[in-house]
Amino acid sequence: MSWRLRVDWRASVGLVGTVIKYLSGTFLIPLAVGFYYGEDVPTFAVSFLFTIVVGVALERIDPDPDLGAREGFLMVGLTWLVVALVGMVPYLIAGVVGTESTLAQPENALFESMSGFTTTGATVMGSISLADHSHAIMLWRQLTQWLGGMGIIVLAVAILPELSVGGAQLMDAEAPGPGIQKLTPRIAETARVLWLAYLGFTVAEMALLYGLHLAGLAPNMGLYNAVAHPLTTMPTGGFSPEARSIEAFSAAVQWAIIPFMVAAGTNFALFWHVFNGEPERLTRDTEFRAYVGVLAALTAVVTGLLFVGTGIETTTTNVPPIVGEIEDSARHATFQIVSIVTTTGYANMDFNTWSDPAKYILLFAMFIGGSAGSTGGAVKIVRWVVIIKSIRRELFTTVHPEAVSPVRLGGRALDERAIRGIYGFTLLYLVFFFVAIIFVIADAWRVGHQVTAFEAMSAVAATLGNVGPGFGEVGPMNSYLPFPATSKLFMVFLMWVGRLEILPVLVLLTPAYWRT
Amino acid sequence: MRVVIIGAGQVGSSIAANLDEDHEVIVIDKDTARVDALTYSLDVLAIEGDGVSLSTLQEAEVEDADLFISSTDDDETNIVACATARTVSDAFTIARVKRTHYLDTWKRSGGAFGVDFMVCTNLLAAETIVRIIGLPASQDVDVFAGGKVLMAEFRVPKGSPVAGQTVAEVDCFVELTFAAIFRDGDVIIPEGETVIEADDDLIVIGSPESTHAFAGDLARDNDSANRDVVIVGGSEAAVQIAQLLEDRGLRPRLIEHDPDRARELAEMLAGTTVMKSDATDREFLNREHVGDADVAIAALESDEKNLFSSLLASRIGVDRTISLVETAAYTDLFEAVGVGAAVNPRDATAEEIIRFTRDSDTENVALIEHDRAEVLEIEVDADSVLTGQPIRESAADLPARVTVGAITRDGTLITPRGDTVIEVGDHVVLFAETAVVDAVAKAV
Repeated sequence: MSWRLRVDWRASVGLVGTVIKYLSGTFLIPLAVGFYYGEDVPTFAVSFLFTIVVGVALERIDPDPDLGAREGFLMVGLTWLVVALVGMVPYLIAGVVGTESTLAQPENALFESMSGFTTTGATVMGSISLADHSHAIMLWRQLTQWLGGMGIIVLAVAILPELSVGGAQLMDAEAPGPGIQKLTPRIAETARVLWLAYLGFTVAEMALLYGLHLAGLAPNMGLYNAVAHPLTTMPTGGFSPEARSIEAFSAAVQWAIIPFMVAAGTNFALFWHVFNGEPERLTRDTEFRAYVGVLAALTAVVTGLLFVGTGIETTTTNVPPIVGEIEDSARHATFQIVSIVTTTGYANMDFNTWSDPAKYILLFAMFIGGSAGSTGGAVKIVRWVVIIKSIRRELFTTVHPEAVSPVRLGGRALDERAIRGIYGFTLLYLVFFFVAIIFVIADAWRVGHQVTAFEAMSAVAATLGNVGPGFGEVGPMNSYLPFPATSKLFMVFLMWVGRLEILPVLVLLTPAYWRT
Repeated sequence: MRVVIIGAGQVGSSIAANLDEDHEVIVIDKDTARVDALTYSLDVLAIEGDGVSLSTLQEAEVEDADLFISSTDDDETNIVACATARTVSDAFTIARVKRTHYLDTWKRSGGAFGVDFMVCTNLLAAETIVRIIGLPASQDVDVFAGGKVLMAEFRVPKGSPVAGQTVAEVDCFVELTFAAIFRDGDVIIPEGETVIEADDDLIVIGSPESTHAFAGDLARDNDSANRDVVIVGGSEAAVQIAQLLEDRGLRPRLIEHDPDRARELAEMLAGTTVMKSDATDREFLNREHVGDADVAIAALESDEKNLFSSLLASRIGVDRTISLVETAAYTDLFEAVGVGAAVNPRDATAEEIIRFTRDSDTENVALIEHDRAEVLEIEVDADSVLTGQPIRESAADLPARVTVGAITRDGTLITPRGDTVIEVGDHVVLFAETAVVDAVAKAV
């Protein structure tokens, strides 16, 4: 326990600097791609140098940081903010120098960067196409999501030995869901295990997609696309170099991506147990079972809605009409439900054309989220499970006032404090949601921009939950570009608090945190 | 090494904190809150479960463990846990016990219960207290190099002749090194011109004679021979203290308020005067001239009572008070409000177990201020950075600031100075902060 009363912000900033310094190395990947295609080389060279300089400069503020619990929150919150800020540099440079890209606007570049790292997948790119943007920039966009997916801090803990002591606390502040699971005695090793599982899935998906292409089942899935898409599937990100997202690919590709999205929304610790020869740890896990159950139930309902016809008018040539077509109905329903529940945000058709009931099911699904310890966003399955169980307990104790009835999860009784924390978070999440809607609608009204309540709701749910696309003008085939700059910056904030699950950021805004 | 620790109480946590940097540590405890706290505060894997159940031990992969430590507060649990681990694992097992019966059985049988090493909390606390009694004004004493070297911690009393002087002025003892000063929670490695202030905690390392002479200097009015000892309370630890004092030829007095227990103690301790009374009864204390005692040792069943009886003893004129403290966090507080020395049995236990976890070159370890720093005795080998050059020059090769406090070569003590050259086979006793101890131990 540190008995220092004030927050030693220098220590936090110093450590953020260290993380940024190492993170700058990731710019070398798009730089190499730039060299290969002969485009945007200076953009990434400058970004790389700039980031190293920022990292080293911040690091020098406190060369020997000593991190307490309070500093940990600040460090995690700041890391994500600073990462988003340096991640926007290539967009700015490329936008200003080369293409007349919408990303030349700072607020747009920041939005795209934060949307990337938080694995939201909402975009403000005016035209998503390799004709208007270099391969390197488009790959950087994919890469930001991949880096943010398993977590910048988790990656830092895996690599930097100086984070081994406070690492568990830092990871807890960043990791989705309540608490973290240590898999091995050393936290750094746990972090490495998680990243390796993540990397393994990513590579497997790349191999599968490119294999489909070689087998002639996926005409558009060339090497570039086969590398780019897994980088945003596994982090449940949803960016795609294709303007039509996954609609641009064959049915085989769409089916192939679904299991990877499901895996990405699963607690990665469970994969480690499977790998260690304990597959029953996965199949018996309460959260995983609830997760699969939710996916199956929602998919069944939406499949039915699509099958009986919901006024869909297919707008593209490569998607056949789906009413009365069982494979098409099932594929679109499964893909879209899995994509939204896991907060990936891919689309294999414009679900704006769906009927209202189907759309509202998707809006509802934006609040469910992936599992704790997955790369998914939103509230997380485990919290809903605990809430439902504790509501059942309330009903039970109403009938039997003397009953002592602990809430059990996977056979273990949960601590009452943990339940309170889950209630608190979920309520806070909903409060954020409603207040943010008011802000977005008021801001749109201020500048005379037309936005319906449903659009605003979906925009907020999709940014706060790190889903990505919403409905109407923020639908899967459109973008967040028309919003005023203030709203975009506000959504940057929403994505940031959504990714860190609110509390680590909110605590920084309380006076008590800074008080001496 | 892979270390499995049962029990995340004070002892288990201290050991885990000491080992987590260099070893893979797994801690098992029944208590959810403790498990959570450890998960976030240390780089260890904390598992919730019962350490005597084989399935829990297998979850902790005890079969791959090199060292198995059971340090719960319950003797029987610790012994059974070791026996259980023994059924599936070849790990070296260490059990912590409070009662000496188990220790006697274990010693007599040459390793019963599947326990390879048994640590008795009460005995260790008693031994520490008796060492402290033997050195005036000290708060902690440890013996190194087979008794050739002492490490002692002193609190500089207000008005002491030493307060306000520099280390160089005080340093008239040939065989003594000022290893460190603790002041307001900071560690200061003293230089010649460092000024010693009242209320500093001094760590000195040197020959027993010099250490004793310095202790006499520190508090000139403290010239009593520490012969007349009063033990307050009849706890298990009190019995051990009384027995050790008897072995040294002293006749301690012991005050116990429960008549049956007093009778039991009197039968057990032939060389001790057992008195049946409430230790807070002023009239009794005056009648028995308890105030004339050289040392009063508080060994009652609660920290509060120990504090009270120590303060009362000071009040009626006892020169030195030493108290057992069950809660490690209170030791500083006790010493701050005027108890001469506070001894935490759990700290002593953790220290003893940690000795066992060190590599073969480390002969002995003392933990200082709940493991803020350590004093280690290391046998120097050929590839140590210390060998073959003056200490002054090896400082650059060491990973952090350490003080070489004493050297023994072939059983004789050499007091280290800047130009002393250390040879292979020397035993060095050095002081280092805990954060850097492992790096230092590797380099030496």
